Amino acid sequence: MDDTRSKAGAEHPVLALDGITKTFPGVKALDGVKLALYPGEVTALIGENGAGKSTVVKTLTGIYQPDGGQILMDGQPVAFPTAQAAQDHGVTAIHQETVLFDELSVAENIFLGHAPRGRFGLIDTAAMKARARALLDGIGAQIDPGVKLKDLGIASRHLVAIARALSVEARVVIMDEPTAALSQKEIEELYELVDTLKAQGKAILFISHKFDEIFRIADRWAVFRDGQFVGQGLMRDVDEGDLVRMMVGRSVDQIFPKRAARIGEEVLKVVGYAHPTEFEDINFTLRRGEILGFYGLVGAGRSEFMQSLIGITRPSKGAVKLDGKIKVIRSPAEAISAGIVYVPEDRGKQGAILDMPIFQNVTLPSLGQTSKRGFTRMAEEFALARHYTERLDLRAASLDTRVGALSGGNQQKVVIAKWLATQPKVIILDEPTKGIDIGSKAAVHDFMSELAAEGLSVIMVSSEIPEILGMSDRVIVMREGRIAAELEGDALTPETLVRHAAGITHTPSEAAA
Amino acid sequence: MSLLKSREAILGAAIVALLVLIATRFPAFVEPKNLLEVFNDTSPLIILALGQMVVILTRCIDLSVAANLALTGMVCAMLNVAWPGMPIGVIMVIALACGALMGAVNGLLVWKLDIPPIVVTLGTMTIYRGIIFLLSGGAWVNSHEMSRAFTGVPRTQILGLPLLGWIAIVVALIMAVVMSRTPMGRSFYATGNNPHAAVYTGIDVGRSQFLAFTISGTLAGLAGYLWISRYAVAYVDIAGGFELDVVAACVIGGASIAGGVGTVVGTILGALFLGVIKNALPVIDISPFWQMAISGAAILVAVTFNSRSGRARGRVILKSAEHAQ
Amino acid sequence: MSTLSTNHAPRDSAGPRKIPDQLSSPATKALKSWESLLLLVAVAIFLMNALASPYFLDAWNLSDATYNFTEKAMIAFAMALLIIAGEIDLSVASIIALASTAMGLMMQAGFGTPALVATGLVVGLLCGAFNGLLVTRLGLPSIVVTIGTMSLFRGISYIVLGDGAFRGYPADFAFFGQGYVFWVFTFEFVLFAVLAVIYAVVLHRTNFGRAVYAVGNNATAALFSGIRVGRVKMILFLLTGLMSGIAAVCLTSRLGSTRPSIGTGMELEVVTMVVLGGVNILGGSGSIAGVVIAAFVMGLVTFGLGLLNVPGIVMSIFIGLLLIGVIALPRLWKKLRRA
Repeated sequence: MDDTRSKAGAEHPVLALDGITKTFPGVKALDGVKLALYPGEVTALIGENGAGKSTVVKTLTGIYQPDGGQILMDGQPVAFPTAQAAQDHGVTAIHQETVLFDELSVAENIFLGHAPRGRFGLIDTAAMKARARALLDGIGAQIDPGVKLKDLGIASRHLVAIARALSVEARVVIMDEPTAALSQKEIEELYELVDTLKAQGKAILFISHKFDEIFRIADRWAVFRDGQFVGQGLMRDVDEGDLVRMMVGRSVDQIFPKRAARIGEEVLKVVGYAHPTEFEDINFTLRRGEILGFYGLVGAGRSEFMQSLIGITRPSKGAVKLDGKIKVIRSPAEAISAGIVYVPEDRGKQGAILDMPIFQNVTLPSLGQTSKRGFTRMAEEFALARHYTERLDLRAASLDTRVGALSGGNQQKVVIAKWLATQPKVIILDEPTKGIDIGSKAAVHDFMSELAAEGLSVIMVSSEIPEILGMSDRVIVMREGRIAAELEGDALTPETLVRHAAGITHTPSEAAA
Repeated sequence: MSLLKSREAILGAAIVALLVLIATRFPAFVEPKNLLEVFNDTSPLIILALGQMVVILTRCIDLSVAANLALTGMVCAMLNVAWPGMPIGVIMVIALACGALMGAVNGLLVWKLDIPPIVVTLGTMTIYRGIIFLLSGGAWVNSHEMSRAFTGVPRTQILGLPLLGWIAIVVALIMAVVMSRTPMGRSFYATGNNPHAAVYTGIDVGRSQFLAFTISGTLAGLAGYLWISRYAVAYVDIAGGFELDVVAACVIGGASIAGGVGTVVGTILGALFLGVIKNALPVIDISPFWQMAISGAAILVAVTFNSRSGRARGRVILKSAEHAQ
Repeated sequence: MSTLSTNHAPRDSAGPRKIPDQLSSPATKALKSWESLLLLVAVAIFLMNALASPYFLDAWNLSDATYNFTEKAMIAFAMALLIIAGEIDLSVASIIALASTAMGLMMQAGFGTPALVATGLVVGLLCGAFNGLLVTRLGLPSIVVTIGTMSLFRGISYIVLGDGAFRGYPADFAFFGQGYVFWVFTFEFVLFAVLAVIYAVVLHRTNFGRAVYAVGNNATAALFSGIRVGRVKMILFLLTGLMSGIAAVCLTSRLGSTRPSIGTGMELEVVTMVVLGGVNILGGSGSIAGVVIAAFVMGLVTFGLGLLNVPGIVMSIFIGLLLIGVIALPRLWKKLRRA
């Protein structure tokens, strides 16, 4: 390993980003970032959710066009107007969400768009299968290239995605959380593969939340925060604490308006909740006025559990007690009337109805309140919507404006207002500040502690460490569908959170050695 | 064994079972000569269904195929009346071009203006039918007006099977190669299976849909000439409602209306299933009026079956659950 | 971290900012809507017809002309709700055939008019329930299900009737398709008007109507908001079936006979009417007013061209062009302006 390290910094970058900016309505996803990738080296890109990592990947692979700045290859400016153009320049990616085709065979998934051709320009199926076989063997995957992708498990799909990325003559390989779904053995094989690619002189951009693996395989690091470039350097010059500090970028207690709420009696008790494939053995209690944080990596099963709690999916076993009484919740409608509401993570798909006006979004779960004998009453609807949106300090042209026309932060305020208007006892907020601007974030945090102070019980699912630390009275860490730890008081530190969430059993100094 | 293959096997077995059942009481039905006749009779449906399948693969639907067939057929018939000496080869090229043009119009409206396919083809379906009336003035072109070659060529027997049947076989072979061995064919599957991912792999989804409609139109055009010459008559309402049989053949053959699923073999079997039933009913002395209800029921059974076997898996988070699968 | 200290500012210093309920009044919005454009088209067609034919502006002729659209429009109201909710029912014309056939059987068995009407409505509801169960319980795509039931329902009529027909409905049964309520206003037209009002109120003024829009715009978010999505869809399929049953009563009464081919192709005209009325075929938006105006437009075109002796098939070209044109032109215009 020391051999590869010693090369670091010796050469010019293959690929560099210079001042890349990308704006979406309401959010500046990338704000003048830079990044350099060197041949034969692994650069780890580190940042919280919403730091801009995925946007960088999409910019590098021709899915997004930057609004400003330059992409340089070998020092020359290039443009990637299409996915094909990026591939033609030798940039290839293993995406976070595996973008593959269930109905096509493994070999076709690997070679779609650049399949070997035989006579009459037809696809040479035999050659394609043989080359797929070779590629899969090369990464130690025991997969038949002839089977349909839908017959593979999630880990095998990842390996197919990796094989696809390697099937083109790549100079730059981007790996977006490639180990998220792999077992320990498969992860070890992936590390070997990364070493092979390094030896071939490919530049690798490695995106990961797991610090142990970053220290295991990366030569360089780059940190992004809120769409901005924070720093870049050699791994041997930093330790885990340095990286966490740069990622988080602020000392936690300064910024969160957490008030001391009077925590009262037990409101919600969940016993032995389980689902065949998503989570099991979930037990916890929630008290009046408490903010309970749920931390974990993306895909740890937190949202899946919450959605089961409100009746979107059925648990295979488990029970819920609300105010000491057992409640059976089979649908969101029953959850709402029981007083448990869930503010989903995906605003556009699950939270808001973007093409409907603000007031209709707010009143949708509370139409019983604003209507009379099933007939809607506009004046009551506007009054209810006004009451809750004003409390959240919503900024909009009118209450009749389409929600889709608002910024991400204001959309989130509408979504929170919508569920608050049902006057719940327990409110579950799933990533309540994901992808919204800093001002709206603060407003949401402020409001959250106000609610707790008023005696509402809050569950906050979040992947942002400072938010979890700053807002929660108590934190449950989930990993791979189970509760990994319950933390409170002094035990609640960034290090303990990261360690429990990632399942790190050894200390960082061991990992780096 | 993938589910899709077994699905085709089940359909094939169903057809065989049907034939055996009929044969127990009416052995004449399964004589080779009659089976060839059944195949020949089903040929236009096979040709149209193969085109429709490509469209359905890309998450679209083409309801204008029967109108396209009728209009192309009328154009061919009128050309034949006007210039009886025009070679059949030329007429067939014109039929292909005429059908392709109509398919391309559908495709352009879907691709460039992003109009939902069902609206586009509902509209063009009535427009194409109307144009037949404008061309013909509502008059029929009857067999005595058509040249002998015009009606005779598709009936030419080669090895006991009329040319019409051979054309269906050739179309099936070409489509099998195109769908499995060309980048375009595979891109149809990719487009419908996961349009989002298709963009990542450099596929233009709209363009794929345009090509699919053009292929469907071209095949409808070909079927147009064959239909008119086989029945030796052309009029406005010819093949009215046939688009539903075509969609039915695809669905029975395993194509999913949600896109990305469907095979050439399955579609041919779907068409043959309907063809066997249609031809068997009069033989086994059941009123042909049963045919419509049977194909309706077959569609419902097929779509229920498809959705059972093709249900997507949920996300697997628990390691133990993943290994247990 | 000075940027972060702004978090209290808006609430404490400025106080809650007042947001108006609506920027423009409902009247202004209505003026700029699709419906008013369509109304202009309807008026233009009306005037052109009046100029082109001296027989057009006759109360009794106009009254007769309403038969061109009343039955289709009744179904179109329910279909509009169904399409707004993101589903479709292509089997409506076949439900008419089956309901009419059932009425014919009852008539032959000697039942009177009330039983016949009840039969039509019940068969319509049952057909709607069948479609609805397949879609909501088995999760099948409605377009395929209703293409299947379209063959199945009419196929059953063919099995019962073959190439025969039911004739000889009771004399008082003729009222539904031939009777007048007062002056020139036919029973069908009055029913159409009443249903239009009911559907407009249900869609635009009730919680159920709001749920229909929510489901069509974003079924997932609607489910998360506590709306019983499956139940809403089921009710809409039942309504569409019921409306087809009512249309079957009217049409059978008007024709005085039942053939299995009754109402063939009507589903396409119904869908065309709904889409022409500004309902988004992908779901989520549309109004009953639009469907009402679209019904008049289609009726006027058919009637006007009929007076000029233009054959029906040519009229269908106009309808087809209208359908594609009204959707294509705004998109084309937007595209050209951007280019």
